Amino acid sequence: MSEMVGKLFGWVNSRLPVSNTFERHLSKHPVPSKVNFWYLFGALASVVLIIQIVSGIWLIMPYSNTEEEAFASIEYIMRDVDYGWVIRYMHTTGASMFFAVVYLHMFRGLLYGSYQKPKELVWIFGCTIYLAMMAEGFLGYVLPYGQMSYWGAQVIISLFGAIPYIGESLELWIRGDYYISGITVSRFFALHVVALPLVLIALVFLHLVALHEVGAGNPEGVDIEEHLDDDGVPLDSVPFFPYKVLNALVGIGVFMTVFAIIMFFFPEGGGYFIEMANFEEANPLVTPEHIAPVWYYSPYYAMLRAVPDKLGGLIVMGSAVAILFVVPWLDKSKVASIRYKGIYSKVALALFGISFITLGYLGTVSVTEVRKTMSVICTVIYFAFFLLMPVYTKYEKTLEVPERL
Amino acid sequence: MQEKDNTRRKVLIGLTSAVGLSGIPFAATPFIAAWNPSAKAKAAGASVKLDVSKMQYGQQIQVAWRKQPVFVVRHTKESLENIDSALPKLADPNSDQIEEPYKGQNPTRSKSSEYTVMVGVCTHLGCSPKYHPEVEPKPWDASWAGGFFCPCHGSMFDMVGRVYKGVPAPTNLPVPPHFFDGSILTIGEDGGTA
Repeated sequence: MSEMVGKLFGWVNSRLPVSNTFERHLSKHPVPSKVNFWYLFGALASVVLIIQIVSGIWLIMPYSNTEEEAFASIEYIMRDVDYGWVIRYMHTTGASMFFAVVYLHMFRGLLYGSYQKPKELVWIFGCTIYLAMMAEGFLGYVLPYGQMSYWGAQVIISLFGAIPYIGESLELWIRGDYYISGITVSRFFALHVVALPLVLIALVFLHLVALHEVGAGNPEGVDIEEHLDDDGVPLDSVPFFPYKVLNALVGIGVFMTVFAIIMFFFPEGGGYFIEMANFEEANPLVTPEHIAPVWYYSPYYAMLRAVPDKLGGLIVMGSAVAILFVVPWLDKSKVASIRYKGIYSKVALALFGISFITLGYLGTVSVTEVRKTMSVICTVIYFAFFLLMPVYTKYEKTLEVPERL
Repeated sequence: MQEKDNTRRKVLIGLTSAVGLSGIPFAATPFIAAWNPSAKAKAAGASVKLDVSKMQYGQQIQVAWRKQPVFVVRHTKESLENIDSALPKLADPNSDQIEEPYKGQNPTRSKSSEYTVMVGVCTHLGCSPKYHPEVEPKPWDASWAGGFFCPCHGSMFDMVGRVYKGVPAPTNLPVPPHFFDGSILTIGEDGGTA
C-alpha cells in the first residue's frame, strides 16, 4: 500500500514540483534563529485572511445585495440562520483583527527596518496589501446598508468629488446612481467578494515569494546570509518546520483566544468595531448626528478633518498612505534595527506612534477647536517622521551591529 | 543578413503591438460604460412635483429628489428684508464659484421671490445641514442671523444656502433645476417659465 502511495507521489512529483516547492517555502526554508513576538503578526495576518475568506463565503449565501433586502438580510442572518450570528461576528471581528495585526506588523517593519535593502519589494507589496485591505474594508462596510454604511460611503465617495473637473462625474460613475442605491451596493458587493479578494491573494503570494527570495529579518538587523555553513544554509538560521511553525502555533493559539473572546462577548467593540448607527437601516434623508469611521480608518479621517480645504484634505489623506511606499528610500541609516539606531530615530518613532494613536482617537470623536489643533499637530508629526527621515537617520550616531545573531 | 531580419522583425512587432493596443479602449468600453447610471436609474431620478402654497411662512420642508434631501424654504417678510444680514461673513455671496442656474433673478437664488430651493447636502462631505431660522446667539455663532448648520463638521450657511467663511464646506448649497407653475413646484426640470 505504502509502496503504491510512494509510486503515485513520485509520479506526481516528476510532473509537478511538489516536494521542491514544499521544502523551499515551508519545511526547509531557513528563518533567523532569534526573533521576538513582533515577528508573529505576519503569520497571524494570514490566519485572519483565511478566517475572512471562509466566513465571507458563508455570508454570501444568505446575504441579499439589493436596496430593499440588504439590511433585512443581515438581520435574517443574525436571527434566522443557524449560527448565522457567529459567522457574521466572525467576519466583523476578523475585519478589526486584520487591521490590528497588520498595523502591528507594519510597526514591526518600522522598528526593525524590515523595508531596507534588499527587502524594498517585500515592503511595497505589503503597503499595497494594506491599501487593498482599506478598500476591501470600506466596500464591505457598505454592504449591510445601515445608516453608517450609507453616510460613511457618502463621505468617502464625495471625496472623489474634490478632484478638479472630473470629480462630479466620477462620483456619479462610481455610484451608478444619483445616490448610494442598490446599484451601488451590488457593484460594491461584486468588488468586495470577487475582485479585491483576488487582488489580495495575489498580493499576499507576491509578498511571500519576495520575502522568501531575500529572507526574513531579525530584531538585531544582522544579515544572516554573511555566515553560511557548507551547504550554503545561514548558520544563524533554523528550518521553518518545525521551529517557526510550532512557535507560530502558540501565538496563533493566544490570538484565537482573544479573537473568540471578542467575537462572543464584545462583537460590537463598544461601537468601534460595528458602529451603533449601523443597526438602523440606511436613510438618505437623515444624517446621523455624528459620522465617524470604524477605528482602523480614523487616523486618516482625523487628518482629513484637520485640513479646512476639501481637495487639500484629500491630498493630505492620500499622501499619508502614499508616503509609506517610499520609506525604503527615506531611511538612510547604516543599521536596520531600532536597537542600534541613534536617539533621533528612537524619539522620532516614539512621537510617530503617539501621534498616530492620538489621530486614531481624534478621528472617532466630534470636532472642537482644541481637538482640531491637536489633529493639525499630530498630522504634522506624522509627516515630519517620514519627511525628515533622510536627515535624522543620516546624521545620527549608530551603534555597531554584531556579526552574528 | 542578420540586421535586415531584425528591422523586418521590429516593424512587424511594432505593427502587431499597435493593432493589439488599439483594441484596449474598445475592449474597456463596455466595462467602463456599464458603471454609468442605467436607463432605469435615470428614469427613477426624474423630476418631482409638489404644491408649495400650503407652506407656512418661515417653514422649511424637505423633499426627496434622487433620494437626496432638497430643502424648500418659504421666507417670512422679515427674513426676505434681512436676506443679506450675514453678508460680511459669507464666502461667496454671489455664487460666483459654482454653477448657479438662476443667477441674478432673485435674492432667494430661486425662480421665485419668496421660496428658496436648494439641495440639502453639505458641500463638505455630504451630510444634511439642519435648519435654524432663529436670529439668536448659537453655540456655533454668537451673532447667528438664521440659516443652516451642519452637525457633522460645523459648516454654516445662511437662509438661502450661502456658505460662511472659515468653515469646511467649500461652496454654497447648489440650487437644483426647478420651476414654478402657479403654486406647483417642479424639482429636477428647468421646464417652462416662472
